Amino acid sequence: MTGVEQKPARRADGPREDLRRVGRGWNRLTGRAGRRWRRLPIPVKAVVVLVVYLALAILVPSNPVAHVMAPQSGWSNVLSEEIGVYVLMAIGLNVVVGQAGMLDLGYVAFFAVGGYSIGILTTHDHLNFWEILPIGIAAAALAGLLLGAPTLRLRGDYLAIVTLGFGLIISQAATNLNFDGGAQGISAIPHPPSIGHIKAFTYGVTDFKPYWYLVLAGIFAAIWAVRRLERSRVGRAWVAIREDEDVAELMGVPTYKMRLWAFAIGAAVGGAGGVFFATQANHIDPTLFSYQVSILVLAAVVLGGSGNMAGVVLGAFLVVWLPERFRGFDKYRILVFGLALVVMMIFRPEGLLPSRRRRAEMSEPASGGGMGAPLVAPTLEEAEA
Amino acid sequence: MNFHSFVAEFWPSTVDGLVIGFIYALFALGYTMVYGVLKLINFAHSEVFMIGTVAMLGVINVFNIHHAQSGLALVGLLLVCAVAAMIGSGGVAVILEFVAYRPLRRRGSSRLAALISAIGMSFALQEIAALWILKRRDSRPLPSIMGHNVVFTIGKAQVTTDDILVVVVSLIMLFGLDRLVGATKLGRGIRAVAQDPETATLMGVNLDRVILYTFLIGGLMAGVAAVLFEVHYSYTQFNVGQLPGIKAFTAAVLGGIGNLRGALLGGLVIGLLEFYGSSLFGTEWQNPVVFLVLVVVLLFRPTGILGESLARARA
Repeated sequence: MTGVEQKPARRADGPREDLRRVGRGWNRLTGRAGRRWRRLPIPVKAVVVLVVYLALAILVPSNPVAHVMAPQSGWSNVLSEEIGVYVLMAIGLNVVVGQAGMLDLGYVAFFAVGGYSIGILTTHDHLNFWEILPIGIAAAALAGLLLGAPTLRLRGDYLAIVTLGFGLIISQAATNLNFDGGAQGISAIPHPPSIGHIKAFTYGVTDFKPYWYLVLAGIFAAIWAVRRLERSRVGRAWVAIREDEDVAELMGVPTYKMRLWAFAIGAAVGGAGGVFFATQANHIDPTLFSYQVSILVLAAVVLGGSGNMAGVVLGAFLVVWLPERFRGFDKYRILVFGLALVVMMIFRPEGLLPSRRRRAEMSEPASGGGMGAPLVAPTLEEAEA
Repeated sequence: MNFHSFVAEFWPSTVDGLVIGFIYALFALGYTMVYGVLKLINFAHSEVFMIGTVAMLGVINVFNIHHAQSGLALVGLLLVCAVAAMIGSGGVAVILEFVAYRPLRRRGSSRLAALISAIGMSFALQEIAALWILKRRDSRPLPSIMGHNVVFTIGKAQVTTDDILVVVVSLIMLFGLDRLVGATKLGRGIRAVAQDPETATLMGVNLDRVILYTFLIGGLMAGVAAVLFEVHYSYTQFNVGQLPGIKAFTAAVLGGIGNLRGALLGGLVIGLLEFYGSSLFGTEWQNPVVFLVLVVVLLFRPTGILGESLARARA
């Protein structure tokens, strides 16, 4: 594409170039670490993961950390009920948005399916958390299939609007229907049954640390599962679809099926988030499943670095933690958040920790859907970045 | 399904549906034109509308009006309100283009980035309105500035003066815009950019100016829609634009996005569906019915009823 108007040549040095160099150095470093990690034998990997899990499980909810992270509110509560659940949802949405490149603005629907499955099944049928977790995940995946089957044939923008509509009506439908408690919602959702008398597995009302261990385990499981998928045939098909659907189709990728898969898997993870959330919160009602949740999770994915696991985890953490930490600015938090999204999209649209492939796409207007209008041709350094 | 109430309420539903449909149509023009030119959902357009209603509230406060006006005073007031709302909405739309879209376009960002930036602006504008302009989060009533006098009746439906105002003003605006896009130099530029931005630029169309005017026109239309909405519904809130915004976008898609006459048709269909749906299934199912229909239409005719293209708007 030829440049329509030429920008004045940019100076090669200066703060912006420094920043870029730092970014490139960081990318090289993480790339190297990733390659080394993949070469490790499986038992070593397992040990490392276990150590990291234990470290996170024990250190993060501890008092000194809590003092720094959330002096005004119950840290371990925030950690498991908000941060953990949002991280989980961001991992799920990342499959849809970051991997397969579909824009889902109604992700809260699957969160609601998960939450309502545990709410209804515990209060009506007296199943316990462990029995419901797979049911909730399956129900959300099924909802994903049902919603995706008709809509995934549409092109991107229409998918966005259909999912947005669906996300909006889900809370309204939940309010209107009776079997799910209507506007009052469902109260007294039981906590998971305790396992033995071990303190770490006793799910009570006051101590939230066991929930954190639980959610963290869920996050690890989700990361593991999604990672495996990303590196499989399915994952490669997703990336191919994201980069260019027509070419992918021509190369023999069953695009519709693969998109449907991505949608269902993302939904399943969101459903798990809903189950985890409801069992801790004890109570669910339609207002918890508002469309703001979808937008927050999407913002987490995009802010963190869509397509990159570490990025979306960081994004979800920031989206929940920042408003919680700076409660003094409570009034202005959504305003600041909104402006931050704009600034971020202008200066670092690929997110805080971008995936390298995604980064290349973002800086290249021809693919990944430029904005229709002709754009100033990227300078050589921009195309490289 | 309550067929009895559907039959009994048929004419009132029709009238109410058409009236709100015209408002949706005006609102939808902003979505449809920006989409036609930039291939981009202007997510913050609902806030453009909201600012219009807030501007109208400002006018009413300045003139200290508490009850319905009539005659020349009413005409004057409506004109002042319309001008204020159009300045507010048009201004915000232009600010949006400068702050949220142009810098991204300069950098060649993806459409996802632009959408997120629009979502960010939407949050920011809502908060600015809630924190500093309206200074509250719950809905704020406006005095109804014109009486709801019955002019004539169809079946059981009473057609009031404000209904007629909405329809007449909308038709004038829609006709004017149709002419603007179809018969002026600017309109030709807009259509050219919608068709092929690169070639249009090579042919001497000033791209940035066309895009700016597209946003401005969308904003002006949203301003008029806001005034009509207030005449009819008389309340505002920081997120007043959200639900009508989504319905207006639905209307645009339904009629064929990028298609101006499609926006009118889509708006009317959505308005009617809304009221028929609520008389059939109860008011609480009003919104679900609308979106269900959207999904069905998209499945069978994804380009909308009239087909999508701003470029093909005829002179």
